[in-house]
Amino acid sequence: MKTGLVVTNLKVNYGAIGAVKNISFSVLPGELVAVIGANGAGKSTLIRSLSGLVTPSSGSASWNGSSLLHKHPEQLVREGIVHIAEGKAVIPELTVAENLALGGLWRRDKTDVSLATKESLSLFPALATRLQQRADTLSGGERQMLAIARALISRPALLLLDEPSLGLAPLIIEQIFLAINHLRVQFGMTVLLVEQNAMSALKIADRGVVINLGEVVTSGTPEELLSNTQLREAYLGI
Amino acid sequence: MFIDTLLIGLSSGAIYSLMALALVLVWRSTRVINFAQSGQAVLSTYIGYEISLATHNYWISLPLAIAVGALIGSLVDLLFMRLLAKRGTTGPIAEIAPVIATLGLLGLIQSVIGLIWGNAFLQYSSPLSAKGFTFGTHTIPFSPQNFFIVISASVVLGIFGFVFRFTNLGLALRAASFQPEIAQLSGIRVNLVRNIGWAFAGAAGAVAGAVITPTSTLSPHSLDLLFVSGFIAAVIGGLDSLIGAVVGGLVLGVGFAFILQYISSALTFLVGFIILMFVLLVRPRGIFGERVNRNA
Repeated sequence: MKTGLVVTNLKVNYGAIGAVKNISFSVLPGELVAVIGANGAGKSTLIRSLSGLVTPSSGSASWNGSSLLHKHPEQLVREGIVHIAEGKAVIPELTVAENLALGGLWRRDKTDVSLATKESLSLFPALATRLQQRADTLSGGERQMLAIARALISRPALLLLDEPSLGLAPLIIEQIFLAINHLRVQFGMTVLLVEQNAMSALKIADRGVVINLGEVVTSGTPEELLSNTQLREAYLGI
Repeated sequence: MFIDTLLIGLSSGAIYSLMALALVLVWRSTRVINFAQSGQAVLSTYIGYEISLATHNYWISLPLAIAVGALIGSLVDLLFMRLLAKRGTTGPIAEIAPVIATLGLLGLIQSVIGLIWGNAFLQYSSPLSAKGFTFGTHTIPFSPQNFFIVISASVVLGIFGFVFRFTNLGLALRAASFQPEIAQLSGIRVNLVRNIGWAFAGAAGAVAGAVITPTSTLSPHSLDLLFVSGFIAAVIGGLDSLIGAVVGGLVLGVGFAFILQYISSALTFLVGFIILMFVLLVRPRGIFGERVNRNA
């Protein structure tokens, strides 16, 4: 059943700030949907509950008909749902090559792992020359590329991206977002992108979902969202 | 004389390294100082002792004691640490509870040993001579058993080094210890990997217990002092570094041997703590510790 990602009335208790009160939305297969919201709107909590890091208190979330809830992250990775955590999610003490290898450690099909590694490196050639360097010698942008490259080696069907633009220079953000868009085109991946940087995210998204204080404010195509002046001022900060 | 002392230092240093390694392995995977480590090691040594009584063969008892040590390590994680991690996830208790639990476990293990075997000093003997090698007329205080201690510690350290550096399991172990959440999101079964870390630590402690005990006697507390040395060695090495644990152990072992030989046996432990204080004051992250902030 190719229904994509369906989130219904999701509620996560997570302290006062960043809780998810009631969120429903869906992402069709092959779609790139951006969830936009300010700091503390519940974006990270939302994405962390979809990848098994936190347990929602009620509601449901499913990928192609099978529930995502109450599963461990490592289980969801095996089902094709890969979450790239906020803030250049690499392991600084390991080399670039080792960080990449993590994405394929659990996979049986080692031929495809090496193929996926080649594809990732051709997508981010900057990494190819630094395989033996420790990841903490990379720039912020390169670390984000490494995190994405590692995720690709797991061959995700659904990619959950948490604030890939965080702490990066505008030019680098543009590169990263181009690469994310490219993933969808090249691999037919479904992408859920959670972002504070509304402008960059809506440039590549098919649809945007605006959330505030743990609830959906509105959703629509980037054009619709960006043409709403009130919305732009109140929630998008642009 | 100098060479003799150095050799003796290497032999005890090798044992400290094994104990330090056990502590570092658990620290890296669970961020807990496992005070029960000496209890676990002494328990596996008692089992080795029983097996050697039954089979009349030290060489059969040794690998089995190591396997039992690994099993004990794994069980401590499964039955205690994991439950605690589930229960006390918030507040100041979250950090303290596991440490207190290991202290309690140490007492528990040693009491149970006392109940089963009594507190008498038992002799777990190895076929290797505890008499020093003789060169002409000169007998050095370094025996075939000491030699075996150095060899077995080197083999264990070599195997661990290889596993950590060159295997997928080693990569998973390192990833899970540095950044458990990222490891998990990459598909690594962090709980399983952590448990393997505990088993490795248990095995390392068991080797230490089973090769050192034939040089003295076996009692519920016979490895307690070894734990203290291992702990100091681990801290000197930075607590996070496997190489650091080995170097820390050797430095301490050789240091102790020279003090014992040239100054006074009364000073050895004092000097151990002085070294510890010195390292903590001058280089709190240890000789091989990372400066990098892990949460960065």
